[in-house]
Amino acid sequence: MKILVPVKRVVDANVKVRVKPDQSGVELANVKMSMNPFDEISVEEAVRLKEKGVATEVVVVSVGPAQAQETLRTALAMGADRGILVTTDGPTESLAVAKLLAKIVAEEAPGLVILGKQAIDDDANQTGQMLAALLGWGQGTFASKVEPTADTVSVTREIDGGLETVELKLPAVVTTDLRLNEPRYASLPNIMKAKAKPIANKTPADYGVDVTPRLTTLKVTEPPKRSAGIKVKTVDELIEKLKNSGVIA
Amino acid sequence: MSVLVLAEHDNASLKDATLNAVTAAKALAGFAGGDVHVLVAGKGAQAAADAAAKIDGVAKVLLADDAAYGDALAENVAPLIAGLLAGYDALVAPATSRGKNIAPRVAALADVAQISEILSVEAADTFTRPIYAGNAIATVKSADAKKVITVRGTAFPKAAATGGSAAVEAVSGSGDAGLSSFKGAELTVSARPELTGAKIIVSGGRALGSGEAFTQYIDPLADKLGAAVGASRAAVDAGYVPNDYQVGQTGKIVAPELYVAIGISGAIQHLAGMKDSKVIVAINKDEEAPIFQVADYGLVGDLFTLVPELTSKL
Ligand SMILES: Cc1cc2nc3c(=O)[nH]c(=O)nc-3n(C[C@H](O)[C@H](O)[C@H](O)COP(=O)(O)OP(=O)(O)OC[C@H]3O[C@@H](n4cnc5c(N)ncnc54)[C@H](O)[C@@H]3O)c2cc1C
Repeated sequence: MKILVPVKRVVDANVKVRVKPDQSGVELANVKMSMNPFDEISVEEAVRLKEKGVATEVVVVSVGPAQAQETLRTALAMGADRGILVTTDGPTESLAVAKLLAKIVAEEAPGLVILGKQAIDDDANQTGQMLAALLGWGQGTFASKVEPTADTVSVTREIDGGLETVELKLPAVVTTDLRLNEPRYASLPNIMKAKAKPIANKTPADYGVDVTPRLTTLKVTEPPKRSAGIKVKTVDELIEKLKNSGVIA
Repeated sequence: MSVLVLAEHDNASLKDATLNAVTAAKALAGFAGGDVHVLVAGKGAQAAADAAAKIDGVAKVLLADDAAYGDALAENVAPLIAGLLAGYDALVAPATSRGKNIAPRVAALADVAQISEILSVEAADTFTRPIYAGNAIATVKSADAKKVITVRGTAFPKAAATGGSAAVEAVSGSGDAGLSSFKGAELTVSARPELTGAKIIVSGGRALGSGEAFTQYIDPLADKLGAAVGASRAAVDAGYVPNDYQVGQTGKIVAPELYVAIGISGAIQHLAGMKDSKVIVAINKDEEAPIFQVADYGLVGDLFTLVPELTSKL
């Protein structure tokens, strides 16, 4: 079975983003970019399935700017076999990405598509579910365990009340949650090897997909600031403050 | 505008997240004087539908009662909603794990770009929503004829659960799509309040060091305060507490009257889930910990002595 893993280039999780003074967006110049952390988990899961002999090939795809090439190289260094880069200018919404992925799925015919549950830039949490809808496939979202058999996959999902398990017919879409696995760091030899792995360059036009955004961002602002309060010296002082503020009786 | 709200329920009862979503739906419907309807898709869900009919401001309840909808499988429920959407201008779903699973599938079927986790309705086509773990708020305008929206519960007050008397109308969809089946659930059972609805939350972090320490230090304080128990990702990853305790960007978003963070450093991703709490208390031995930058009251010291003292003095 072939596994397709979409990966997104995003602002690194450790960067504290700043809103631009003109409210047109957030500051992206000279900011560290990385693979979306959930996508690292997806790549790791696919590579592990290949190492177990369940998957035969891991194909990674990124939709984004030319620099998303680096994100694909990271995935290839983790053990993916080849990449597809769909270059777009400007932000691409989840729906458009899902449409592009649906076309790629039609060409590649994977048994599983494993995506991150959300990207930590737009926090949309949509692409996997949308892709499953467009393909008419089952979806196992927010996965903390993925167990494929010959024609089904069992997915344990992190839900509000705890965990639930669903069984999906293959082919299917899975989106990953934090506790599915701990992604590996690529070793230096594997980083070198990844340089020789193929990446196909594509554009949305190659797939006949209209990626015109449906949403316009009118402005981006700072959230209401919360000012630091005070340090209390003792437990008694804390209790007194809480009683005075009325939150405890 | 006529707006359809996806109810959050367990067949027997309606969940409060529905009430927050109804408030957002009312704001949206208000722009053109339309109605708010609620869809209860489930199995043996008459009781949940009856509860939805009593919500203030709800004009009609649609009840899709079918074995295929009993476990809220997105593969089965999304086509039902996409079909019903023909008669509405918008779908509003709570941004719960269920709403997040189903709504985007509906959006794609309807060829609509979803607007996730809205914080406010600015106009019939304009909304605010958090991006970058809530470090920025985007105001977005949708060009789609229909809207598919999920609602951040903490941003909208609950609609009154009583006062309405809507009719309940049976609807049906195509049932089982044959793509997925429900195998079972391991739900966390607790006598404590639910995290997202709790007035007080006591959360523990990596510093606790074990599940036993949660039981020994966090639970008694929570019980004294009638509080729910939450946790940082580090505490969940380490297996001290179940996954559904996680507060943060990729866990639960909470805004209680009082949030007590114990042995939690205050990473961006954790703050994203709790910084709208009314009063924040932090107990941490590192006086430089970022959590103190958002805490109203900070107590610097060892949690293993301070927390038992606090519990005993309350
Ligand atoms: C994609 C992504 C998503 C994430 N999503 C979330 C999320 O939803 N929620 C979340 O919480 N995190 C999330 N994180 C993780 C986040 O970045 C932090 O790693 C995590 O919140 C740290 O947890 P912590 O504060 O318990 O641990 P630490 O950062 O290790 O902090 C422990 C704190 O305990 C204090 N301490 C130690 N011993 C004592 C003692 N005896 N008494 C008092 N204080 C003590 C220390 O001073 C320290 O401040 C996410 C990360 C990524 C990359």
